[in-house]
Amino acid sequence: MRSSLISNRLLMILLAVLSFAAMQAFAESRYVTENSQAASMESCVAPTDLMRRNHMDFLQHGRDDTVRDGVRGLKYSLAECIDCHASRDAKGQAVSVTAEGEFCQACHGYVAVSPACFQCHRTTPDESGSGKSLGYRLDGHSRALDMQQPAGR
Amino acid sequence: MSKMYYRELYCGSPVRFWMGLTLLGAIIAVGLGAAYYMEHQGHWVTGMSNQIVWGLPHVFAIFLIVAASGALNVASIGSVFGGPLYKPLGRYSALLAIGLLVGGLIVLVLDLGRPDRLIVAMTEYNFKSIFAWNVILYSGFVAIVAVYLWTMMDRSMEKFKRPLGFAAFFWRIALTTGTGSIFGFLVAREAYDAAIMAPMFVIMSFSYGLAFFIITLIAAYIWGDREIGVYRLTKLKNLLGVFVGAVLYFVLAYNLTNLYVAQHHGIERFILLDGGIYTMMFWIGQILIGSVIPLFLIYSPAFENSRWAIAVASIAVLIGGFFQIYVIVIGGQAYPMNLFPGKEIVETGFFDGQIINYVPTFPEAALGIAGMAVSLALVAIGARVFKVFPETLED
Amino acid sequence: MSNKSDQPSVERRQFIGGTLAAAGALTLAPGVILHAAGSADKTTSGASGEHRWGMLIDANKCADGCSACVDACNSEHGLTDLGRPETDAVWIRPVKLKDKQTGHVDRLVMMCQHCEHPPCVDVCPTNASFKRIDGVVLVDRHRCIGCRYCMMACPYKARSFVHEALSEQSVAAPRGKGCVEGCTLCVHRIDAGEMQTACQEACTREGHNAIVFGDMKDPDSEISRILKSHNSVQIRADLELNTGVRYLNL
Repeated sequence: MRSSLISNRLLMILLAVLSFAAMQAFAESRYVTENSQAASMESCVAPTDLMRRNHMDFLQHGRDDTVRDGVRGLKYSLAECIDCHASRDAKGQAVSVTAEGEFCQACHGYVAVSPACFQCHRTTPDESGSGKSLGYRLDGHSRALDMQQPAGR
Repeated sequence: MSKMYYRELYCGSPVRFWMGLTLLGAIIAVGLGAAYYMEHQGHWVTGMSNQIVWGLPHVFAIFLIVAASGALNVASIGSVFGGPLYKPLGRYSALLAIGLLVGGLIVLVLDLGRPDRLIVAMTEYNFKSIFAWNVILYSGFVAIVAVYLWTMMDRSMEKFKRPLGFAAFFWRIALTTGTGSIFGFLVAREAYDAAIMAPMFVIMSFSYGLAFFIITLIAAYIWGDREIGVYRLTKLKNLLGVFVGAVLYFVLAYNLTNLYVAQHHGIERFILLDGGIYTMMFWIGQILIGSVIPLFLIYSPAFENSRWAIAVASIAVLIGGFFQIYVIVIGGQAYPMNLFPGKEIVETGFFDGQIINYVPTFPEAALGIAGMAVSLALVAIGARVFKVFPETLED
Repeated sequence: MSNKSDQPSVERRQFIGGTLAAAGALTLAPGVILHAAGSADKTTSGASGEHRWGMLIDANKCADGCSACVDACNSEHGLTDLGRPETDAVWIRPVKLKDKQTGHVDRLVMMCQHCEHPPCVDVCPTNASFKRIDGVVLVDRHRCIGCRYCMMACPYKARSFVHEALSEQSVAAPRGKGCVEGCTLCVHRIDAGEMQTACQEACTREGHNAIVFGDMKDPDSEISRILKSHNSVQIRADLELNTGVRYLNL
C-alpha cells in the first residue's frame, strides 16, 4: 500500500518537472505567427491559456450544433480561427495554417497530434466570395469588441 | 465407435507450412499496400465511381462473410441436429467460420472512405440501418462461435455445447438474413428491393460455406498427411448437392418473379440476355460452373467415390458463387435506375439511364484476394495451434 | 508523513501549482463556458420545425443548353472539375427526357430531393445522413465513414463520394476525401437568413426563373401558392417519400 503511494508521489513529481519544462519551452515560443491578424490582437476570443488547452473541445462541441441544428455564429468558429491566425507572405497572400511553422502546424507538430479538421476544412481564409454569403460572420470591428469579453461569458 | 483424438495439424514437412504461411503473408502485405494506396489517393484510382459505388472489394467481402456463416453448417449439424458423422468436424467448422468472417470484414473495413473512423461505427448506431445491425451481428458471430469452439474443445465446458450450438445456429441465420437484407431493403434499385434476398443469401451461405469447408478439409488432410474416409466425404458431397440445388431454386424463383413484373423486365433482360459481361457471368459463371457442373459431378454415378470430383465440385461452387455475388452487387448497380418511367434520357449530367461500365483495378483485386489470404492464414495458424482436426477421419 | 500520504504536501502543491493545477482547473471550465457561449448575441437560434424548405422546378422554363445553376452550385460549394466525370462530385445535374410514346421533350435539373422519409437516412449506420428539423437532408461529415450505403439507397442518385483529397474548399461547404455529400439546399444561406439558393439565384439572373425556393409550410410563400394552384409532381412518387423538391410541367 505504502509503496504504491510513494510511487504515485514520485510519478507526480516527475510529471510536474516534465510539464514545468514543457511550459518553459512554450513560454519562450510565440503564441501567434507574424503577419496574421491575431498578431495584432491582445488575446483570442478567450484567454490564451484557455484557448491553448481547450480549443479542440470548444470546436468539437460547437460542430454538432452547427451541422445538425443549424446554429451559426457560435463564439468558437473554425472559420474565424483560420481568418485570424493565417499569416500572410510578402505578397499579402494567405499562408496555410498547416504549412510548416504556421499556426496550427507548429504546435501540433510539437505535440505530435494530427488535427483531422483540415481533411475537410480549408486552411486559408476564404476570399473567393462564396463565403461572404455567410451573413453571420463578423467583421473586424465586432471581433475586436468580442475580444474584450471576459472568458466565461 | 473408437475414441476420436484431435491433434494440431502439422505439415508433412515444416518447410511446406512456413512457405505456405510466407506466401499468404506476402499476399496480405500486397493487399494492405493496395488498401493504403487507395485510401491515400482516394477512390478515384479504383474502378469504383459515383455510379458503381460498391465494387470488387465488396464482392469479395460479401462472398467471404456469406461463406463464413455457411462454414458453420457442419458444426451445427453435429451439435444441433445430432449427426454423429459430422461431430468430429465441428471444431474445424467453427474455426473456418471465424477465419472467413474476419477475412471478409477486413476487406469491407479497408474499403471504407474513412476506415480511420471505424470507432464511429461502433459508437454511433442508427438502429433503422441494417448496416448498423450487421456491425453487431458480425462481431457477435465471432464472439459466439469462439465460445462455441471452446465448448467443443474443453471437456469441462461440454454442458454448454448444445445451447451454444443453438445460439450460433440462430445467430448465423440472422447474420445472413442481415447480409441479404442489405440488398433486400433497397427500394431504389430494381435488381434489389426483394424480400427473397434474405432467404436466398441464407441458402447461398449454406452452399458456399460447405464448399469452402470441403475443399479446405481435403487440402488440410493432404497437407498434414492424414487419412480421410470416402464415406464421410460422400456425405458432405451429397449435402452440398442439396444446397446447390436449393440455390438454383431460389435464383429461379427470384428471376421468375421479376420476369412477371413489367417494371422489372429491363433488369431481367439485362442480366439474362444482353448485359454483356454480366449475362456471361450469370450463365457461364453462376449457372454452368456454379450449378450444372457441380451437380453433375456430385450426382453422376461415374464419380461416385472420386475425391477429385468432390474437390472440383467444391471449387466450381465457389467460383460460381463468386460470380453470383458479382452479378448481384455490380450487375445490380450497372443497370440504370428508372427515374422517369416511360421516358428516354437524351441528355444527362450524371450518366442517368446509361449502363455503367465497371472495370476493377489491380488494387481492388489485391485487397479482395488479401482478405481471402487472411482467412486462410488464420485457419492455418488456428489449425496448428489448436487441436481442431481429428487425427484420422477414416471411415 | 504516512498518515497523510495521499495528500501532497503544501509546498509540493505550490510547486505544482504554477503548472498543473492551473491547467487542471482549465479543463473543468469549458463545459461552463460552452453553455454560456450559446447566449452570445451573434449566435443564431438554428433550424426550426416551423419551416420546411423546398424547391419547385418548372420543366417548361428550364432552358436547353443552359448550365447556369450547375455552375453556380459548383462555385458556391467549391466543386471542381477534375476531368474525371465518373468520380467528380455532382450536386445538381441537368437531365433531358423524351417520352418514348409521344416524343415530347422535357428538360429539368435533378438534385437531392430532400425527402420527408429519406432512404439515405434510414440506411446510414452512423447517423451521418440526417434530416434537419426544417426538412433539409444533409451529411454530417464528422460522422460519415464513407460506406456509401446511402448512395446505394438513394433513388435519385443524388449523392457523390469524394474520391480524392481536397484543399481550399469553400468555407460554405467544408468537404473532404472519403465522405459522401450532396445538395445541401444552400443550408449556409438559409441559416444566414438569405432565402435564395445559389442555383435559384443563377437561374433568375439568366432570366429563366425555372427554380423557386421557399418555405413549404408557410401558406403565403411563393412556392406554397404555386404548389396549391398548379399540378406539380414528385419524381418517383410511387415510393411515397414526400420529396421537398417538386416539378411543374413534367
